[in-house]
Amino acid sequence: MAWTWFHRLGSPPWIYHFAGRVLRYLLPLTLLMLCVGAVWGLAFAPPDFRQGNSYRIIYIHVPVSVVALAGYYVMAIAGAVSLIWRMKVADLMMRVAAPIGAGLTLLALVTGAVWGKPTWGTWWVWDARITSMVILLFLYIGVYALYEAYDNKTLAAKACAILSLVGTVNIPIIYKSVDWWYSLHQPASIKFTGGTTIDPSMLYPLLLMISAVYALYVCLLLLGLRAGLIDSESTTNWVKREVLGEH
Amino acid sequence: MHPKRKKRLWLVIGVVIFSSAGIGLIAYGLSGNINLFYPPAEVAAGKAPHGQSIRVGGMVVEGSIQRSTSSLEVRFEVTDYAAVVPVIYSGILPDLFDEGQGVVAAGMLTEQGLFQATEVLAKHDENYMPPEVADALEKAGKLP
Repeated sequence: MAWTWFHRLGSPPWIYHFAGRVLRYLLPLTLLMLCVGAVWGLAFAPPDFRQGNSYRIIYIHVPVSVVALAGYYVMAIAGAVSLIWRMKVADLMMRVAAPIGAGLTLLALVTGAVWGKPTWGTWWVWDARITSMVILLFLYIGVYALYEAYDNKTLAAKACAILSLVGTVNIPIIYKSVDWWYSLHQPASIKFTGGTTIDPSMLYPLLLMISAVYALYVCLLLLGLRAGLIDSESTTNWVKREVLGEH
Repeated sequence: MHPKRKKRLWLVIGVVIFSSAGIGLIAYGLSGNINLFYPPAEVAAGKAPHGQSIRVGGMVVEGSIQRSTSSLEVRFEVTDYAAVVPVIYSGILPDLFDEGQGVVAAGMLTEQGLFQATEVLAKHDENYMPPEVADALEKAGKLP
């Protein structure tokens, strides 16, 4: 059975160098995509027929919300791998994913509130979509805080992995909340099946921004992973060689 | 796969399935409370409580908006195309409030079946398009 590729993922120096190689190309590409997407969406996409220019927050709100949801699966799957294979790199990945996810969720909530005030007439309403997003924020913060609360880090990783796995139920609830219940938040405009209800001239910059924020997420994850590896492996020879620049 | 790891894999799958089932059942049991508003059909059927703060949501009926000339009072009707609820509100309406648009009104049902709103929120739909496209659709009579 070809498990070698998988076991290589558990090797800290290999991951460290692999992440470095990926970042060298991905980081500039991400910045380029973010700049092009933001300028296209904010300056060149047409205004909406009903909301005028205020809809343009979609180019930040939707990408960060989508990646905040997807990032939860990254954290939960890393947690599952850490539980099953006791892999230190997976454990680190779960810990790194928590604050990034919390940041994205907070950004989604804040941009949503800023858009809600002129559009709905209120900053905040406790509908199913917004409430389940707040629960997502608390889950991310909870995983981060739970890890810090334990002195025994093996136990901490186990507890965090179980918490993140239990929390996965929230992701389909957030996604389907606008269809299952009467909510103030509108249903999705981009659908996996059936027609998309956003004009192509507005959709393309949005898709670019979604890809850009996904790429940004991968960059942040890899940067966090590299910093965490250097920290947790600081007594090993490969880190000493790395830091002292001896190759 | 190592048998120990296989056992832990099943444990992980078990945790996800059982916690999802549990939380899913709770959400299903509470679904009446998770809904943000009552549609007019449920108000007409008497499912919405009287004399207690609730929300009613639907579309503003075309031609139903009546503004007072001397105050901020406005009357309009909300429909889900099955029933109609008359609403009275005094205050500032959101920009997107218009005939044929979605609204969610918070307030109380009076004994006469009138909804006395204390807050009116606009509900945006999922359609986004440039003004020219909207004009073209309107001319063709296909505006959503």
